[in-house]
Formats: sequence, structure tokens, C-alpha cells
Amino acid sequence: MSSKIEATDGAASEFVTAVIGGQLFGLPISRVQDVFMPERVTRVPLSSAEIAGVLNLRGRIVTVIDMRARLGLARADDGKPPMAVGVDLRGESYGLLIDQIGEVLRLPEASREENPVNLDPRMAKFAGGVHRLDGQLMVVLDVDRVLELLPKAAIAA
Amino acid sequence: MDDLLREFLTETSESLDTVDNQLVRFEQEPNNAKILDNIFRLVHTIKGTCGFLGLPRLEALAHAAETLMGKFRDGMPVTGEAVTLILTTIDRIKDLLAQLEANESEPEGEDRDLISELEAMVERGMAAMAAGAAPPPLVPAAPAAPPAAPAVTQGSLIDQTLERPLRPGEVSLDELERAFRETAIETPPAHEKAPEPKAAAPAPKAEPAKVEAKAEPKAEAPKKAARAKANADGEVHESDKVANQSIRVNVDTLEHLMTMVSELVLTRNQLLEIARRNEDTEFKVPLQRLSNVTAELQEGVMKTRMQPIGNAWQKLPRIVRDLATELGKQIELEMHGADTELDRQVLDLIKDPLTHMVRNSADHGLETPAERAASGKAEQGTIRLSAYHEGGHIIICIADNGRGLNTERIKAKAVANGLVTEAELEKMTEAQIHKFIFEPGFSTAAAVTSVSGRGVGMDVVRTNIDQIGGTIDIKSVAGEGSSVTIKIPLTLAIVSALIVEAGGDRFAIPQLAVVELVRARANSEHRIERIKDTAVLRLRNKLLPLMHLKKLLKIDDGSSTDPENGFIVVTQVGNQTFGIVVDCVFHTEEIVVKPMSTKLRHIDMFSGNTILGDGAVIMIIDPNGIAKALGAAGSASQAVADEHAAHHAVGGEQLTSLLVFRAGTAQPKAVPLALVTRLEEIAADKIEISNGRYMVQYRDQLMPLVQMEGVSVQTTGSQPILVFADETRAMGLVVDEIIDIVEERLHIQVSGAKDGILGSAVIKGQATEVIDVGHFLPMAFADWFIRKEMATEAQTQSVLLVDDSPFFRNMLAPVLKSAGYKVRTAASAIEGLATLRSGHTFDIVVTDIEMPEMNGFEFAEAIRSDQNLNQLPVIAVSSLVSPAAIERGRQAGLYDYIAKFDRPGLIAALKEQIEERARAEANRRAA
Repeated sequence: MSSKIEATDGAASEFVTAVIGGQLFGLPISRVQDVFMPERVTRVPLSSAEIAGVLNLRGRIVTVIDMRARLGLARADDGKPPMAVGVDLRGESYGLLIDQIGEVLRLPEASREENPVNLDPRMAKFAGGVHRLDGQLMVVLDVDRVLELLPKAAIAA
Repeated sequence: MDDLLREFLTETSESLDTVDNQLVRFEQEPNNAKILDNIFRLVHTIKGTCGFLGLPRLEALAHAAETLMGKFRDGMPVTGEAVTLILTTIDRIKDLLAQLEANESEPEGEDRDLISELEAMVERGMAAMAAGAAPPPLVPAAPAAPPAAPAVTQGSLIDQTLERPLRPGEVSLDELERAFRETAIETPPAHEKAPEPKAAAPAPKAEPAKVEAKAEPKAEAPKKAARAKANADGEVHESDKVANQSIRVNVDTLEHLMTMVSELVLTRNQLLEIARRNEDTEFKVPLQRLSNVTAELQEGVMKTRMQPIGNAWQKLPRIVRDLATELGKQIELEMHGADTELDRQVLDLIKDPLTHMVRNSADHGLETPAERAASGKAEQGTIRLSAYHEGGHIIICIADNGRGLNTERIKAKAVANGLVTEAELEKMTEAQIHKFIFEPGFSTAAAVTSVSGRGVGMDVVRTNIDQIGGTIDIKSVAGEGSSVTIKIPLTLAIVSALIVEAGGDRFAIPQLAVVELVRARANSEHRIERIKDTAVLRLRNKLLPLMHLKKLLKIDDGSSTDPENGFIVVTQVGNQTFGIVVDCVFHTEEIVVKPMSTKLRHIDMFSGNTILGDGAVIMIIDPNGIAKALGAAGSASQAVADEHAAHHAVGGEQLTSLLVFRAGTAQPKAVPLALVTRLEEIAADKIEISNGRYMVQYRDQLMPLVQMEGVSVQTTGSQPILVFADETRAMGLVVDEIIDIVEERLHIQVSGAKDGILGSAVIKGQATEVIDVGHFLPMAFADWFIRKEMATEAQTQSVLLVDDSPFFRNMLAPVLKSAGYKVRTAASAIEGLATLRSGHTFDIVVTDIEMPEMNGFEFAEAIRSDQNLNQLPVIAVSSLVSPAAIERGRQAGLYDYIAKFDRPGLIAALKEQIEERARAEANRRAA
């Protein structure tokens, strides 16, 4: 699939793709530390619903963000174990819960388009543009905005 | 940068800090030859190293300073002027070093000005000595010292040509010194060349904690021959070397080591788990060994991070001395608890704030000697720094006995800066107004001095403290001084924690806050009871408010919990004691506290999280958060609770647990829960009438029942009563209905006109009458307050009772009066001081500790520092009884420290004190 998209002008970005609630997302590969199976997630009482909990990943405490909740999607009910994409922000580790991890795509910068106006506003908030792939859209996930989980919002929730 | 140069810079700047301090000490004790030796040595070493590294400017300066100090050793009088000159020189050296660090080369220019001043000073000194017809050497130990000193000097100089930087008595502030630096040896040749033990010993003796011999800083430089020589020396002095050795390690290295050790602990725990499952494996013994080694390793690594707070105080004596000279003030700097240890990282972060606050105290806080004399204070002002551990925190206090904050000026400035309106100011307490000084750009100093007042002050301090999760508070009393208290959590440390379970999850509760564990069962002495919606536990005749952890955390899984059974973690936070109900208690474990993610830090129920031995992450409960929630619980409206909590946080005011009940009137009544021994429901048919009074058989005794006005004793069903008891007797107060237990700031607004009512207070939004227990007790036993042993006391003893709470004044004053004392009350420490200074004489002062504006400790200190009052004994009564508080009280010069509701204890302490004084008086007369 990726071979069809030729990097013509050299300006290309690589994305780790992931499916969340049926939608394909792409995370800039430079931001992705690792991909792991979240195990033994400890829920954090009194935290916002978007925080699935914390877990121990090789001695580091990782805050796990439930991407479905973050995107305002319903809870997954297919019974499949979720995966997590590890990202870092200002020295802290986060794990973004996704349904399924995909391949790594190399896409030319030129093929990125602005967010479609009719994109679900909850999704648009975290989208840094879209790429048209074969038969589907890949939404570029803006990791920084995903992690802009303000404690205030959590209190209000 | 050249390694050699970097080494030189770090070491020299550390040495210079030490010189600063030593010089300040030396000025105070000019006869101390050891201090002089130390300083001389340090400066000499700096000079020598500069010469070696080719830094002529520095060398010339150090040389001139050394010459002057050499004259001190020869008996030249030590003048403040001379010390100032040397300090100035050292400052210049520091400047040069800073530029050297920035540019990697010595700056251009020369220091003729300073050098000629130094030389002039030497000449003047020489002239003075010559004129003073062979003055006796000012240094008494001189006969021993001078022979040693030239030897040292000479030895080093000779060596400089061979193998430069042998530095006898080099000093470092860091506990971690270099050790493994090739084969270089630091043994000072002085050891050999100056046979007197003194030559080797003085430095370590004078500064045992700091003096460390240095390893070779320029290991690459020396020629082979020199190195061989050094080796030979090293063998001779192997033992000294080992004793003095330390190494310098990068903090990141330690940090990494710590992480690795944590990993090791986890792996060890996994292995142990496997070994437990497979009995009798041959791994068992080596695993046990591994386990022990790991534990020791962990402890060792932790220790490397801890440093005494005294390290952050190093520079202060010099700063204070300079300020005193500059500002023409007399300032004494007291430092207590310098050996209190805290994490190195935390230490680095508080260094600057501390310095800033001490400067502030010296500059703004303390008055000039003339002003002080005019207001009847000793001319010398005092800045007191103290540090101590309290419940998992380190408390650092910077107090001065100066003029205090200028409330009016702060008000004006706050309005000018648009922080607040006049109208809002009207409603604020002094303490709230004082908090404005933590706002950005807030400096009330009328004139910007070179010292402080640049408006980048307390807000920066607060930001730094906030960063490490600490809190800062200021108290100030006009004319008496001000104190800043910083509370810093030990979040970076490994703490011992109790692992509990609630709602299916595990949590860690820091062991420091845990008083005891209680297993509550129905039908046992300890059982959980309910007063309306509030769960309480009877524990040793006290009612303890309870919080269900899972309800607090909103993780109630709905599984049926036996309302009367449960594990209760009795927890103490400050003066609040409460029980946390959990489903299960596992064990205690040493946990590594990891800070909460920034996304979760707003949850104040948790202070951090940790990885347990089995690899799971769990939350660490913050007892302070629970205590805060406790104040809010029991209230129907969360909004009210939040407001209440916010209010509590802002005002920092005392919360009192109050029992609210109904008796007689529709208006609720309240009594402090701490005064109530028990709550009982007695079957109406058990109530008897004897001698015209209601009685009930209670715990094998006949207990009289007292009715409040308008209350009738039930004839059917059960009768709720409040039991008040001391060790021998009990009485029951008959009430209609027990409503609730609430935490409230007890602020009695309207004083009661009725007997038995102290006044009214707004409790949970309702006007509530607070009853005067002291009125009802004698109704049961007329002699309740009158004990035989007190009645005979001399009637002339007079007591000053200081307490901000009208309730306690009203409660304690009758107790003291009935014990035969003349009592005068004061509603605040300031009022108390005014009364004491107004010419009334008192035999003893009884004071509360937790009071606004000026607390009991400060009050006691104020009394201690007053010439006319310093003999007056002070007894503290407080609901805050902890070893740390008692220690703090001892420091403040309290005679005794008594729990607030310990009536017999108070009377006994008064009696003891008065007897002691009588004895002393008798002895004095006899003599």
C-alpha cells in the first residue's frame, strides 16, 4: 500500500499507524518511543475518565491515556486486548491506548491535507491534517494536543 | 574546558566559601590559632595552584591576602577592617574565577588597588606591632603553630616545583570527593616535613566534617618521577588517606544508580516470588543473600543523596556579617538543626530562597541598634534559622526579632498593584494581607538597597518552593518580628509505607502518619458506630472520626462491607487524628516514592506513586489530603465543603471537631468533640431517681445525669447522653438528639447570656449554641474542679492564660481559678506580651500553641528574650502533641508541654513549677 505513494520531493514523514474506533490514525514516528501491550494497569481514583491508569514499564511509571475516551468514542467491546503507543512529553512517559497497531508508512509531506471541515470536532481537535490513502483517510494525530489534559478539565469532569 | 581547569574552579570556589565562613568566625575569635591556620592554608593552596596553572593575576591577589594573614599569625591585631579587606579580596578572586569559568582564560587587568591596600594594611600592622613594644602574640597557641606553619609553607613550595598541587588541608563542601584518580596521592608533604602532629591535625579538627584531603587534580600533568614520589608518600600515609577519602560523583550518575537499584529490587522480588513457589530449590540461600545485599545497596545509594541542610547555610554567616557592616546593624545569626538531612536535589533548590530570606530579615526585618534601643529591645537583633523533621516533611523556619511586616505598606502596595480592592482589604485578616508579599513584583522596601528590595523577591522564593511541592507561610507581628516557615516534603526519598487494600486496589499509606492499626469488630470494645452519617470509632474512651477510603476515592465496588467491622488505620496529621477504614491491611514495605504525573498531580488524596515488589504501580495516599477531606465530609453539599476547605487552606485556621446535638430548643447546640468522653444511648428504664436527681448505673458506678434547660428525661425507649469523665468520675448530660459531628472553625460570635452557653457560632451554616461544659460539671459534682491537693495552694499565685479561642479561655480559666490561682486571660500572644510588659506581675504563663499572628513557641521565645521576663516560666497547652512539637517547645524555652484537655496534667505542672520556684527561693534565701 505504501509503495504506491512515491516520495517525489524528498519531504516525507514517517507515521506509525494505529486504529482507534475503526479510524486509522498516524503518529509521527519521531514521537513514538515504543509500542507495548499494557499490562497491570492500575486505575487512578478521582482522575478523569480519559486516564486509564498507570503502569510500570521497565521501572518507569507510565500514565495510560484511553484514546477512545479522549476522542469521545464508546468503549471497545470486541474483547481484544488493547495496545499502547509509548510517547514522552517533558520527561514524563505516556501510553496511548489504541485498538490495533498498524504498519509504518512513509508519506510525502505534500500529500497532507487540511482537516476536512466536516471532521468530527472531537477528532479535529487532535488532528494535524489528513492523508488520503488507498480507500481510507489517515488522520495525523497531534500528540501534544492529545496530552493537553488539563487537571482543571479533570476536576470539571 | 580543560579538565584540570574545571577541577580547579570547583575546588577553589568551594575553598573560598569555607574561607568566608572561617574568616567570620575568626573575626569573632581572633585568638583561635586553629581557625587562622585553616584560612592561611586554604589561601595558600589557592595561591599555589594559581601559580601552577599560570594565572598570575589570581596568584598575586592570593599572595597579598596570604601575606596579610601571615602577619596575623605573627601577632598583628585582627581588626574588622582587615577582615573586611580580606573578604573583599576573596570576592575579587571569586569574580576573576567567574570570568575564568566563562572565558577559560584569566581576564585582563590588574588588581593594584586591592594589593596596595593589603600591603598598606600589612605595613600599618607592622608599625602597630613595632610601636606596641613587643606585644604578646595574640595567638596563644603561637609557640606551637608558627614552627608548624613555615614547615607547611616551605614543604608545599618545594613540592610545587616538583609536583605542584599537594594541598594540605584542602577543604571541600561536597561529601563526595574524588578518590580514584589514577595514582595521584593527596598526602600533604606537611605530614613528613612538619613532624608535630599539629601540622597534620589542625584542619580536620577545626572542620571535621568538611576537611578532606584532595586527590591530584591534574593527574595527567605530573612527571613520572613526581608521581613515583607521590606514590611513596601515599604508602606511608595510606591510613590517613583512607580516612579522609571521598569522591565527587555527578548527580546524574547517582540518579541513574538509584533507578538501577530500584530495578534490581524489583527483579530480586520477582526471584523471591519464584523461589517461594518452588520449595527447596538450591537457589534459596544465594537468593537470600542477594536479597540482603540488594537491601543494603539500596540504602547506601539513598544515603549518598542525603545531605545536611547545614550545607545550604554555609554562606549565610558571611552574608549576614557583610550586611551587618553595610547596614550598621548588630545581627546575630543562630542556626539550629544544621544536621537535618534532606535530599540533595531539594537542598539545591532551597539554597537561594533561604539566602534571600535571610537577607530580607537582615535588611528589612531587623532595625538599627538605635531603633531597637528606642523600642526597648536589645541592640543586637537575632535571625534564627531552624530545621527539623516533622511527619515526613522538613520544616525550615527563618525568624527574626525585628520590626515585623508593615501591614499598611503592604496594603497600599497591594492596592497600587491592582491585586486587591480597598473593600476586599477591609475584610482580610492581617495574615492574609501579609501573604501578598509572595505576589510577583512585590517589594515594600521604600528604598531599593544594594541588599534587597529589588522586587524580585518572595515570589521567586515561593516559586522555588512550589516546584518541590513545598509550602511557605509567613507570620509577622508588628514590633516583635516575623518568621517564614517552609515545609518541604521528602518526596524523593524512600519511605516506609503500609500497604492496604480498598475497593479491590492497593494503596500505600506513609508509615510516618500512621499511629496505630485497629481491628474493629461488632460487640468488641472497638466498634464502628454511626452518628447520623458520620462513622466514628470508640478508641480508649475517645471518639475518632472515620473515613472509608473507598468512599473517599469513589471506588466503592458495592461489595457488602460489614458496617461494624473493618481495619482502621489511625492516622495523625498535625493535630488531627482520624481513622481511615480499609478493607484489608497487608504489610509495610519500603517504597520508592515517584512523583505523580503532572496530569494527576491535582488529586490531593495522593502524594505520589510507587512500584511495588511485584511490579504493580500503586498510589501513595497523602494523609494531608484525607485530613482536608475529613473537614469537608459529613456535609451534604460538596460546594459548601469545597469552600470550607478553601477557606481552611487560605486562613490556615484551626478546625475543631464539634459534636452537634439538640437539647431543649430547636436551635442546635454544640460541644467540642474532644471534651466528650463517650456518647451513650441508655435504655430509659435504666434511669433511676435518687435523692431527687437522675442517676444511671454505668460501668459499675452511679453516674449522675444532668439535664440542660428544657430537656426532659425520656421515660420510654432510649435516652441519648453525652458522657464527660475524668479518671475517677463521670457525668451524663441528657440531650434530645445527637445530630452530627462536624469539623468547623470554632469562632464564637455572640457571647452567651444564658448560663451554660458560651455563645453562638455558625456551624455548617446554622447558628448553633456552644455549651459551656464547665457549667454543667459542677452540677453533677459540686467539687468537680476542686481537688484537695489544689485547695491548699497559696492563693497569691497568679497565672496569665493566653489562648486565641474564647472557648478554651472560658474552659481553662474556671479550672485554674477553682484550683486556687488568680487568672488573667489574653486573647492573643500580642495581648499577652502587652499585659506582661504593662507592669502586672505573674508567676506563670499558660499559653496555647496554635494561635494566629504569633504562636506559642514564638510567644515563649519573645518572653525568653525580654530582659525583664526571661525568668517567667511558660507552660504550653496544645492539641498538637508530637515529639517534634515538644522538641520545638524545648528549644523555645517552654517549661512544660501539656495536651489541651489534660486538666489534671496542667494542674500538676503548675503545682510542680510553683513548688520548684518556692524551693529555689528558699535555697536562695538560705544562701
